[in-house]
Amino acid sequence: MRKLKGIKLKHRKNTENSVTVQLPLPSKIILPMSMHMGVPCTPLVRKGDTVKIGQKIGDCEAPFSVPVHSSVSGTVTAINDYQTSMGTVCKAVEIEPDGKQDISDEIQPPVITDKESFIKAIRESGACGMGGAGFPTHIKLNPAKEIDTLIINAAECEPYITSDYREMIENTDDVLKGIRLVKDILGIKSVKIAIEKNKPEAIKKFEELTKPDSAFDIVTLPSVYPQGAEKVIIYNTTNRIVEEGKLPADVGVIVINVSTVAFIYRYTQTGIPFITRRITVEGNAVREPKNIFAPIGTPFADILNFCNTDIDKLKAVISGGPMMGMCIPDINMPVLKTTNALLAFDHYDDRKTSACIRCGRCADVCPINLMPAEIDKAYRIKDIDDLKALKVLLCMNCGSCTYICPANRKLAETNQLAKTIIPKN
Amino acid sequence: MNRLLVSPSPHDDNYTKTSDIMLHVCIALLPALAAGCIFFGLRSLAVAAVCVVSAVVSEYICRRLMKRDNTIGDLSAVVTGIILALNLPVSIPLWIAALGSFIAIAVVKQLFGGLGQNFANPAITARIVLLVSFPAAMTNWVLPFEWKNGADAVTGATPLVLQGMSADELAEINQTIPSYLDLFLGNTGGCLGETSALALLLGGLYLIGKKIINPAAPLSFIGCLALLSLIAGGDPLYEILSGGVFLGAFFMATDYATTPISTKGKIIFGLGCGIITFVIRNYGSYPEGVSYAILLMNILTPYIEQHTRNKIFGAKEAAKNEK
Repeated sequence: MRKLKGIKLKHRKNTENSVTVQLPLPSKIILPMSMHMGVPCTPLVRKGDTVKIGQKIGDCEAPFSVPVHSSVSGTVTAINDYQTSMGTVCKAVEIEPDGKQDISDEIQPPVITDKESFIKAIRESGACGMGGAGFPTHIKLNPAKEIDTLIINAAECEPYITSDYREMIENTDDVLKGIRLVKDILGIKSVKIAIEKNKPEAIKKFEELTKPDSAFDIVTLPSVYPQGAEKVIIYNTTNRIVEEGKLPADVGVIVINVSTVAFIYRYTQTGIPFITRRITVEGNAVREPKNIFAPIGTPFADILNFCNTDIDKLKAVISGGPMMGMCIPDINMPVLKTTNALLAFDHYDDRKTSACIRCGRCADVCPINLMPAEIDKAYRIKDIDDLKALKVLLCMNCGSCTYICPANRKLAETNQLAKTIIPKN
Repeated sequence: MNRLLVSPSPHDDNYTKTSDIMLHVCIALLPALAAGCIFFGLRSLAVAAVCVVSAVVSEYICRRLMKRDNTIGDLSAVVTGIILALNLPVSIPLWIAALGSFIAIAVVKQLFGGLGQNFANPAITARIVLLVSFPAAMTNWVLPFEWKNGADAVTGATPLVLQGMSADELAEINQTIPSYLDLFLGNTGGCLGETSALALLLGGLYLIGKKIINPAAPLSFIGCLALLSLIAGGDPLYEILSGGVFLGAFFMATDYATTPISTKGKIIFGLGCGIITFVIRNYGSYPEGVSYAILLMNILTPYIEQHTRNKIFGAKEAAKNEK
């Protein structure tokens, strides 16, 4: 089967054998009402209210939104304005844990009888994609089109991150049961579990466990970045092309992250919503790299201290992977539903940008064949027609072009800027 | 605590810098320079040194005068200096060599905006300027190993000229048509760095192995020239081993700034070079056509690029009325 090209990165999966450990209860929890794509929630609690684990503290009427639940029991100390890393402002609920960790009475395993009740339950669970972008899961699992293939995204193509891998190793059963649940309820015929070649143990495990079932297919992806990007993983597992302006469902496919699917299963059994997540803590400023379970809302500073980080020497902290993650301006910002890794470095690349030498490496590494050097040129003269012809709108911001550029040109950044000057019509 | 740096993704370190690439090209040029020293003596090294120093100084002065960043650290001027030296006869007066580097850097490269902005290959253009300005000095071909005779070094004709001579003419100048082996090793008259196909091939393979250059342009250039020669009833092997074909194909038809980016474009570029070289050599008044072929194709590069853009994965074709 043909595969899209990519870029070879150093994997740096140093934490792949680190068994996930529980982070001690933090002294404060900050829960922004907007953590990912979708309409921000409105807080359902007021300052001084007592909350319990799993209690819904934020929700919204809009269908394209996901409720927020408290990850601790304690008292609401403040509801402040909070600036997300995307630059928008929303409310954030601050909770001081009381240490009792009482579980809310609201928590009960959902009653699922059909697709409709399943989708409703998924929304109530607060689930969103755990791979990074955080697309609301109940929307993804409720497409208008006929779906014949469920792709489980277990590529984990970014360097450093091993949180999905640990999910596959530690909770293999949950993953498989979650897949079967989604498959059966949505009536999907075939499942493809796509795992990058650098995780042989996970590939072996899933091959053994799914062998008797012909509906399952374990696809070994090449270890080149970005295998986990939606359009790339769809092509590399099914050879279907999601055209410009189309959705995966248009080609009969749903792609769902492996940790998300395992969470869905656990939720249907316990009713405990999405309030904790596994995070890989790494980077050269972290003396004890680890995989941890942290309550959503935990300030990054607590995690960095727990992993014995040299806070004074920090120069850059990244939430997510090094290729697509977001820089954190302040280590008191909290863990979000989409935080799969926390990387802390005592250095950053301070090389100057120099002239494009037209080496063509950016076009060589682009998984979808864009020509970032040409886009860069067109953007500088604001040639909108040419930017359209160069299809900059298809850029998924994987960062490969910037990474490879010998002149250190910020090509991926330019692509995002170029997108903004193309008028929407 | 230090202030945290916030920048857009990606944040991973990257390892290849412009200067690394240029350094690899310098390394790849060393076998050809060494071959020049063996066949034409240590004066080859002096010519190369003058070209490199003149190129770097020209670059420095230009950047200063234009109030731009100093760019001699990217080593691109060093590469231009070495390539120009390889394109000169060993007997070239050193001041002409220095002038050549100045033309390459100041006129061809910096006046158009510096690295990556020039439309024509600096070394090739400088060579052509020198060839039309100082035709005698630029075609004074010392024969191999004549450097051992000091001032009495005998000059002769290049393989491409010899090929067109009759037996009587050859006897008159006391030269023979070189064997394929001599052509391959470089044991013939010519520019100090162009004669040894072996040394140039070594350098070219090094660059291909290091993924600095794409083999598309050299292969299509050399292949096209051989094929045309075969069709015309010539001697394809002699055609590609003589003159500046290997130097041009591996080191100048692969220049990033002046050749197309896409592989399709590079193939068209190589084919064009092959055709023009063949036409000039066989129907033109010059015995050699590699330089002009590359220069002409340099000029066509923007047009080739317009028509060889990548097909983008998943992109819908633009409707006819949409420009």
